[in-house]
Amino acid sequence: MALLEARGVNVVYEPARGQRIWSVREADVTIEQGEFVGLVGESGCGKSTLGFALTRMLRPPARMPSGQIRFDGTDIASLSGEQLRRARRGGFALVLQSGMNALNPVRTIERHFRDVLSAHARPGDDLSRDRIRRRAAELLEAVRLEQAVLSRFPHELSGGMRQRVSIALALSLQPRMIVFDEPTTALDVIVQQAVMDTIKDLQRERGFSAILISHDLGVVLEATDRVMIMYAGRIVEDQPARVMAHGLHHPYTEAMLDCYADPRADVVKLGGIPGTPPDLSLPNVGCSYAPRCPLTEEICRTQDPPLYPLAPGRAACHVRARMAHVEEEVGSVR
Amino acid sequence: MSDNEVPPLTVSGVSKVYQVRGRDRRTVTAVDDVSFEVAPGAAVGLVGASGSGKSTLAKMITGSVRPTSGEIRFGDTSVGQLRSAGLRKLHHRVQMVFQDPYGALNPLHTVEYTVMRPCQNFLGMSAAQARDRVAELLETVGLVPAGQYAAKLPHQLSGGQRQRVLIARALGSDPELIVADEPVSMLDVSLRAGVLKLLAELRRTRGLSLLYITHDLLSARLITDEILVLNQGRVVERGQTKQVLQLPTDKYTIALLNAVANPFATSRGGLGGSSPRGGTDEAPSANGSKANGRRTA
Amino acid sequence: MTVITSVPPPEGGLGGKASPQARGGPGGSSPQGWYSAVPGPLRFIGRALRTLWGNGKARAGLIILGIIVLAAIFAPLIAPHSPTATTFAPYKGPSATNWLGTTGNGQDVFSQLIYGSRISLIVGLCAGALATLVAVTIGLISGYRQGPVDEVLSFVTNLALVIPALPLMIILAAYLQGHSVWTIVLVVAFTSWATGARVIRSQTKTLRTREFVTSAVFSGERLFRIAFRDILPNMTSLVAASFLAAATAAVLAEASLEFLGLGNPSTVSWGTILYAAQQQNALLTGQWMMVFAPGLAIVLLMVSFVLINFGIDALSNPRLREK
Repeated sequence: MALLEARGVNVVYEPARGQRIWSVREADVTIEQGEFVGLVGESGCGKSTLGFALTRMLRPPARMPSGQIRFDGTDIASLSGEQLRRARRGGFALVLQSGMNALNPVRTIERHFRDVLSAHARPGDDLSRDRIRRRAAELLEAVRLEQAVLSRFPHELSGGMRQRVSIALALSLQPRMIVFDEPTTALDVIVQQAVMDTIKDLQRERGFSAILISHDLGVVLEATDRVMIMYAGRIVEDQPARVMAHGLHHPYTEAMLDCYADPRADVVKLGGIPGTPPDLSLPNVGCSYAPRCPLTEEICRTQDPPLYPLAPGRAACHVRARMAHVEEEVGSVR
Repeated sequence: MSDNEVPPLTVSGVSKVYQVRGRDRRTVTAVDDVSFEVAPGAAVGLVGASGSGKSTLAKMITGSVRPTSGEIRFGDTSVGQLRSAGLRKLHHRVQMVFQDPYGALNPLHTVEYTVMRPCQNFLGMSAAQARDRVAELLETVGLVPAGQYAAKLPHQLSGGQRQRVLIARALGSDPELIVADEPVSMLDVSLRAGVLKLLAELRRTRGLSLLYITHDLLSARLITDEILVLNQGRVVERGQTKQVLQLPTDKYTIALLNAVANPFATSRGGLGGSSPRGGTDEAPSANGSKANGRRTA
Repeated sequence: MTVITSVPPPEGGLGGKASPQARGGPGGSSPQGWYSAVPGPLRFIGRALRTLWGNGKARAGLIILGIIVLAAIFAPLIAPHSPTATTFAPYKGPSATNWLGTTGNGQDVFSQLIYGSRISLIVGLCAGALATLVAVTIGLISGYRQGPVDEVLSFVTNLALVIPALPLMIILAAYLQGHSVWTIVLVVAFTSWATGARVIRSQTKTLRTREFVTSAVFSGERLFRIAFRDILPNMTSLVAASFLAAATAAVLAEASLEFLGLGNPSTVSWGTILYAAQQQNALLTGQWMMVFAPGLAIVLLMVSFVLINFGIDALSNPRLREK
């Protein structure tokens, strides 16, 4: 049984009376035990919202009007309050984009650990100062920080260190799944690479499932087993990471891949994706990517494509699906 | 303004040392004896991770911070000695494109107001003249129809659009040198090419000099002719961009190259062998955070 | 405790997506017809009131304040008698002709209450406005300029904070024997600007480090223009909150001064009713309404300001300025 199974998740955001923005539409997400999955898309595509929805961290004015989320067999979409809190221990955790914003600036790091561990303590747990300090030191070591960090305040640490502390705090509850929401976006390239390496190693060592949310497909492909691409609130492609760099994909994925290049090459060409994503407060007709897509056909304007199989995964593109189907047929004839 | 009127920017032996008050009194050297030149119409890149001193250098070049030693000359003006009146004159000629497209725009001012002000302040234009110029500038940066964008507020624009507004603002005073401080690092990857192409285009058509500051070697490769790699305030490598990237000699440059996320790279080992990963958390001397040494001023 | 408190909005943040109102299409959220003919500042006030109305507490505050303001404006129509006419039997409790009874001089308390709202409102709002004006000027300059200017202004502010306000007011009011309403306004404003100045200075210091201020410097803007056109508008809700707090304090201060007999005893205000009540031993003569009514009125006015203050945060939202 998959660790996380979400079906038909919809999230609507209502910032003011009369305004409704469908941030996530009909998302199906399946994560197996120990799998590392990436969720990629431009800003505003709903990836963070989906990540928050899956960990039940949505706050008004966002809400999930429909959808099922089964975590380890339990439907967590309907849990609330104390039950939800209990599900978080040994369940799932969330690591956010900006370490600075997620850490309390007037508390030492040690105090952060104490807060998290005592908030989720089960009766009989040892909460003595020594025990907590030892546990915190273990966790800090796992994220490659030294114990001296415990007595520091968040503003005394660099961005990379703060992010590692956030990761350590997430690990402290021994979750089965961690959602990383743009964990390295605010960091510079070298620190970003180091933190991502740490995340990868931890995931491999401890075997938790992980969802990595990012706008940077390059970073995600280097870390994850499988990638889901989101556009305008929908998941438009779902493939193993190893096949992303070649072959045919959803035109949006292909456009994103064009935004990367090797700076050492003799000729460097960089693509961008012109146009803007659609207005999510309006109902959409047909494929939401059609206005920006070079492969648009008549059917794209009228029918919203489902996730067609596009071996080895799936992609929501009428044109690509047809091409793959034709190839199959030609192949079988030969 | 024709090319031969644009003076070179000369940075000679510039250092910046901060006295840090606090638990332990110590000095922090943000920039250590850096020298380089930006020839008229050239595009030079300052590349490094955070703590390398590149932002401090940018601030010294634009007059926000005074160097502790060394000299910065833009044509016949010595930048380090300027006070407020002189700084204002400097800003007429040396403009900056900021990193955070949302933070650098006043959330309560329309696009038109933001782009108008330098035209009025530096070019002495009346409000009506400035508005016409704003329309031209918005078209130049690709925000068309200009009339529609002029009335917008920052929260109504996307990140790429905001960055274009910032570029239009920088062009308002008809500058000779533009210092772009990580202009695309806060944008989605898909939006970067557009803004970079705009900068390259502007440089070509207007004969501007460009000082491009970044930690991302890919964008540096696209825009700059020559680069300087900074590590802990010192220049560790310099040369023609393509050459430096294809044949790097310094360990730090190699680390930066390896850090560029590239889905098409077959291996991350890069050139010159040992990748500085594996076991250590941060790459060597990239970020002296553990030793509490580095601050990006 | 690492707590996630907010949901990521669809726009803004990294490489942000444009908000739904403002996509490529023409006009965005521009209003139609007659509305766009109304000048900018009035539109802003209109939207500000609508925003406040949307907040439950602020709405309650607006209603209470509205009632008091209407009472003040239409006092001649609402009050059944003249407030100063001593035509009634003195020391009487509430009756059909005198709803709240009469004073020791035979004046109708209810009419006094209605007319008295004028003084409290005028002093409250004017003193509050004056104090806020001083606070904004000093706070902005002291927060923006560093160095000696800031040191001097901060020192003055701290001095003003440390001196106890009420005793100072009493001394000033007694010393300046003008005894007009405007004396009271000046005295109250003079003693209550310091808190606002402190708060505004802090906020200015924070805003000053924002990149749009640096951007303004690069655009050639001068100090005053940056302080008043760049920084101040971003502090609208703070200034409004300061004003309401100052007005609240001013209402109470005015009533206190009148109660202590330092105002002009011939004007009618809620404070003078209390003064008379004390002089005439109203509680002993059983005229508790004479004490209760003005006291309640003062409290209600202050509470209305406080309630409105709850809705003020929304005023700094840039959406209010959309064309």
